[in-house]
Amino acid sequence: MSFLEKLDKMDRRIIFLLIAIVVFVPLLFKYKMKVPARDEVKAIYNKIESLPEGSVVLFSFDYDPSTLAELQPMAKAVLKHLMRKKIKIVFAGLWPQGPKLADEVLKDVNKKFHYKKGIDYTNLGYKQGGIVVISSMASSIKDTFPTIADGTSYDEIPLLRNIHTLKDFSFIISLSAGDPGITHWMMIAKDRFGVPVAGGCTAVSAPQIYPYLNSHQLLGLMGGLNGAAQYETLISDRDQASLGMTAQTFAHALIILLIILGNITMFLLKRKRNERRAA
Amino acid sequence: MFLKRQLPLLITAIAALVMIFAYFIPHPVVSGLRDSAQSWYLVVAAFTMILGILNLLIVSINRATKGAKKDRFYHWVTVVSLLGTIFFGFLKGGMDNSGFDFIFKYIYTPLSATLFSLLAFYVASASFRAFRAKSTMATILLLTAFIVMLGQVPLGQMLTGNIIPDATNWIMNVMNMAGQRAVLIGAALGIIATSIKIILGIERSYLGGE
Repeated sequence: MSFLEKLDKMDRRIIFLLIAIVVFVPLLFKYKMKVPARDEVKAIYNKIESLPEGSVVLFSFDYDPSTLAELQPMAKAVLKHLMRKKIKIVFAGLWPQGPKLADEVLKDVNKKFHYKKGIDYTNLGYKQGGIVVISSMASSIKDTFPTIADGTSYDEIPLLRNIHTLKDFSFIISLSAGDPGITHWMMIAKDRFGVPVAGGCTAVSAPQIYPYLNSHQLLGLMGGLNGAAQYETLISDRDQASLGMTAQTFAHALIILLIILGNITMFLLKRKRNERRAA
Repeated sequence: MFLKRQLPLLITAIAALVMIFAYFIPHPVVSGLRDSAQSWYLVVAAFTMILGILNLLIVSINRATKGAKKDRFYHWVTVVSLLGTIFFGFLKGGMDNSGFDFIFKYIYTPLSATLFSLLAFYVASASFRAFRAKSTMATILLLTAFIVMLGQVPLGQMLTGNIIPDATNWIMNVMNMAGQRAVLIGAALGIIATSIKIILGIERSYLGGE
């Protein structure tokens, strides 16, 4: 077997090893990349900047730990921005694990901001039903969540005293890994009741959500780790996403090199075969 | 027969019509009916979760005791994990209970994230083997993927200034959007057609059989 043929049939374990190296090594050096923000990410930042202090936003965690690497840094960056602006936050989740993930991010970010439970933030929890839950919240949040995640009655939460329906929120942010998620919030909250909706999603699902940006149904969108890193650049606090982007950049570069290598090998082998046939 | 066929069809048609009318007619009577239908849905949805858990438990116990010997261990893992998580979830503190917190943070989260992360390795291996410029269409796909991959990381800007990021934006906002819209509109028309068939009782496969 010639070198080209060996290269063409490269053992996939070698590729796995190369990927592991290009992901781990940059993470060891902790170099955080600065990623310039695109318009769709700037739109979310500008919206939060424009909200007056004390506004109430709904922050929905519509994902599970499988997509945590992409969406949790996004949640952290947006939460830091909201807390810096002293905006009150109501957490919710259309996925069962969402509210727990919200708690994790909150515990981490709140070490610096000292938001008070029930006054500055609350977690409604998870309710099974997807888009119908959103639709029901549009009629009455209290009827949809008579008790919140920790079992407290809706009426006992000071923050929720003036929150009756979705219309009472200044802004809705959904971080979503699929169905139900950001598009469902948009269909009900934005399209039917005019509440601005924006958020983030995994890089792989971003292309499906782009049409809603162009039609202005969605105010803004963060796509994958790249979107999270863009948001970190905007809030001048480069953290997990900017660190992850270094590893992602090297991984993309390796994949591109592998594709080029694969194609060069294919062409050379093809030429060799044609020469043999001609001879 | 009436309870198995006609009644479910009638309930489906009434519930669907209520939701459709409520969307177009903002009258309190219709809104009240819609709210009731929604509340019913949420209650039924909660019960489907209980049904799902019970089903998983029964199937897993059956397979753990009567299934193929080499797989029995994995079914026991499912049963123990399910019951263990439920047990800690019901203890004082619920989601904040230390046992539940431990399971979520140190078992479920790393396992779930690890499984998804494996994709990176398979994508790299598959790209090397399958992304070949064998035809004109494949070459176009390859070039587009190249541009978007470079545009999604700062490397694109480092190498070409704004050329690659702008090209990526154009691909996402023009070409991708056109394709996605076509798919979305097609799917929406399909959903409308299927919904009408369900409301009229023509499509009955959701009742089982037929």
